[in-house]
Amino acid sequence: MERMPKWADVVLIPLISLLIAFILSGLVIIAIGEDPVAAVQMMVKGAVGSTYGWGYTLYYATNFMFTGLAVAVAFHASMFNIGGEGQATLGGLGVAVVCLALPWPHWAIALPVAVLGSALFGALWAAIPAYLQAKRGSHIVITTIMFNFIGASLLNYLLVNVMRPVGSMDPATAKFSEGTHLPTLHDILAVFGIPFSKAAPANISFIIAVLACFGVWLLIWRTRLGYELRAYGKSEPGAVYAGISPVKIIMVSMLISGGLAGMMAVNNVMGEAERLVMNSVEGAGFIGIAVALMGRSHPFGVFLAAILFGFLYQGGAELALWTSIPRELIVVIQALVILFTGALDNMVRVPLEKLFLTLRKEDV
Amino acid sequence: MNTVTQTGRQETAAPAIELRGISKAFGPVQANKDISIRVMPGTIHGIIGENGAGKSTLMSILYGFYKADAGEIFINGNLTPIPDSQTAIRAGIGMVFQHFKLVQNFTVLENVILGAEDGALLRPSLSKARGTLKRLAEEYELNVDPDALIEDLSVGHQQRVEILKALYREADILILDEPTGVLTPAEADHLFRILENLKREGKTIILITHKLREIMHITDTVSVMRRGEMTATVKTAETSPEKLAELMVGRKVLLRVDKKPAAPGANVLEVENLRVVDEDGVERLKGISLNVRAGEILGIAGVAGNGQSQLLEVLGGVAHGTGSIRIKGQEIDLTGKHSDAQSRRARGIAHVPEDRQREGLIMDFTAWENSVFGYHHDPAYQKNKFLMDNAAIQNETEGKMERFDVRPPDPNLPAKSFSGGNQQKIVLAREIERNPDLLLIGQPTRGVDIGAIEFIHQQIIELRDAGKAILLVSVELEEILSMSDRIAVMFDGKIMGERLPQETDEKELGLLMAGVNGEVA
Repeated sequence: MERMPKWADVVLIPLISLLIAFILSGLVIIAIGEDPVAAVQMMVKGAVGSTYGWGYTLYYATNFMFTGLAVAVAFHASMFNIGGEGQATLGGLGVAVVCLALPWPHWAIALPVAVLGSALFGALWAAIPAYLQAKRGSHIVITTIMFNFIGASLLNYLLVNVMRPVGSMDPATAKFSEGTHLPTLHDILAVFGIPFSKAAPANISFIIAVLACFGVWLLIWRTRLGYELRAYGKSEPGAVYAGISPVKIIMVSMLISGGLAGMMAVNNVMGEAERLVMNSVEGAGFIGIAVALMGRSHPFGVFLAAILFGFLYQGGAELALWTSIPRELIVVIQALVILFTGALDNMVRVPLEKLFLTLRKEDV
Repeated sequence: MNTVTQTGRQETAAPAIELRGISKAFGPVQANKDISIRVMPGTIHGIIGENGAGKSTLMSILYGFYKADAGEIFINGNLTPIPDSQTAIRAGIGMVFQHFKLVQNFTVLENVILGAEDGALLRPSLSKARGTLKRLAEEYELNVDPDALIEDLSVGHQQRVEILKALYREADILILDEPTGVLTPAEADHLFRILENLKREGKTIILITHKLREIMHITDTVSVMRRGEMTATVKTAETSPEKLAELMVGRKVLLRVDKKPAAPGANVLEVENLRVVDEDGVERLKGISLNVRAGEILGIAGVAGNGQSQLLEVLGGVAHGTGSIRIKGQEIDLTGKHSDAQSRRARGIAHVPEDRQREGLIMDFTAWENSVFGYHHDPAYQKNKFLMDNAAIQNETEGKMERFDVRPPDPNLPAKSFSGGNQQKIVLAREIERNPDLLLIGQPTRGVDIGAIEFIHQQIIELRDAGKAILLVSVELEEILSMSDRIAVMFDGKIMGERLPQETDEKELGLLMAGVNGEVA
């Protein structure tokens, strides 16, 4: 018997959690002597009040969609991949290798190869922890965390010693060539005659991210692999009974997860920076965990949560820029959102379930 | 409430326990509905009912785990509210749970005093307990070595420690929840002797069970529960198993399995010298050899944990072993690439696992997703190279649910929202409708209500009559005796012997199950 209607589970609970998080954030803003209403106005205006704001919000959201999907796919196989950060870092390396390898004539040719390169490098970085988990029983959480650090160090070494152009003082690769520059939303929407900010970094990767959401949905709920992956995620003894190989599921789910995290680099490295710098991921790998939690590991939920976090990122940046509210406070607000939508889920769920039960009783 | 015979009226003493109008609801589920019961001192009172009838809830209320929504509890005639288990213990109530609550690496003595120490220093408590234990052992045949570690004790002895714990806390009223589920018949008989001794000393015993035989054997009075209500309380001497079963289920039930003699054909399964070593390096199967013919049910009897599970697992491709398994004369891969469960299914082996909630079903999956579980590679379930044909599976599931009388017949409900019997029917429908050559089936009716047991047994017999080979593992001796055409008894990873059901009885099987073989082995 269902405890409450499905819409309440997927819509009402996240909304209430979000509301509580925002109310608490408001109280924190009052506590440091600022005006919460003005702050909210500032955030909304900054994030979605202009096409420039939207351009940044969607740019961040694209990052979070990839890393959120990465965590979600692994979650379905009961793998907790917290290595999105490292996998996205290595994905950046993949993009850089592809973009610098050839004098690409046109972005439309470079893009598919770059997507493959980023996914391949991200997947490879997830493959080692996955293998250790599948064959050796080393816990995936521990190994993926370690691989975040190893990835950062590896990139550091490569940028300083190998990929840095001769004569440059900056630990970064050379600028990618003209033929790899991706069309921004400004370029794309101009085709349809819709004006959009030229300065904002949102680019064609957003569309790839949306396609990835749909692809993951197909994979999880419509394919045999997704069926096996979910079965293993729910019950390992059950999977073995059905003849599903745990080693195969761990490896495949982590490879897909790492690949998705790696693909984030198409957005931030190829689409925005147009060269590979240190710490290009900027924590998006970790935000992906919150996005997947809030999105209930469902691709559509991940899509919405990623946009929300994009809004928080961009709105928060504006807030830090134009008010005396420190940047750290934005982190506090994001933390509250993560806390309430992810970790404290039952705080809202349990009373709500009770409410629905009493309502139903009265109906009977 | 509909009391058939109110017992104990003639006795002058106050009832040891009296419950008046106990009700308890969990959300919309009414687990106990206005239950009243009187248990007279110095008697053994049975409470019988199907799974989910509310027996355990009622006892949990009596032991202070749950708070009743309404109703009163009287102990020895005094109104005694029981808000927690400490109060229950002080009121003289002791409980022996189905799953023991013992610290495995403590000694018997340490377990007995745990939570009942007299002070900060253990030595005085321990020596006092040693004396008490010695006295209790003599009085009630409750012998256990006080210095043995729990993990070294047999299940029967561990249960005695639980009883000793309750008696050490000076319990006058002892509640036992399904106490014989894990015991050999001999161990169960010993337990019943202990209970008789306790009764003679004036203790009151409440025995919760679903086994009619035990109720008839040992209780003085029996109360029947159905769907949260107490449907009857009768003197055991004045009732019969058939009458009790009818009261439990609410309709007439066939207790004996109705079947024709088997007409066995050629060997379908031949097992030779099968050995299994588990993850801890313990040898669980020590050279098993057996065969099952077409159109025959081979029943494997044994106390749980003597290798039956490993036998099923290795045959079903869930675990690995060494030796030889042949299906219709063809050797089966035991360790290589084709030793997994998928390959076994491809060879015509269907497997209804012992634990359907852990293995046989994904509890969060819908009925239709579960109805192809393990067979999801079948081309009939694929729409194209990439996508599964969910609509076709849903369609097929509707038919299966109808044929196997799964209720409610909704393919979109998750497995966890079906009752135990209906979950088992989903698994059976999946495995039987693949028309296998060999059906492995473990504990087919564990946690299944009496009404569904009948149906499940019929399905298995029908499959046998269709000329299929069936390997049945069950810890219920009655089920083994009534279903099997041949019985093999397992003890400590070996086959102790084979018997024909019409030429043996529970006593002989019980001895074999305990590892005693009359013949020269």
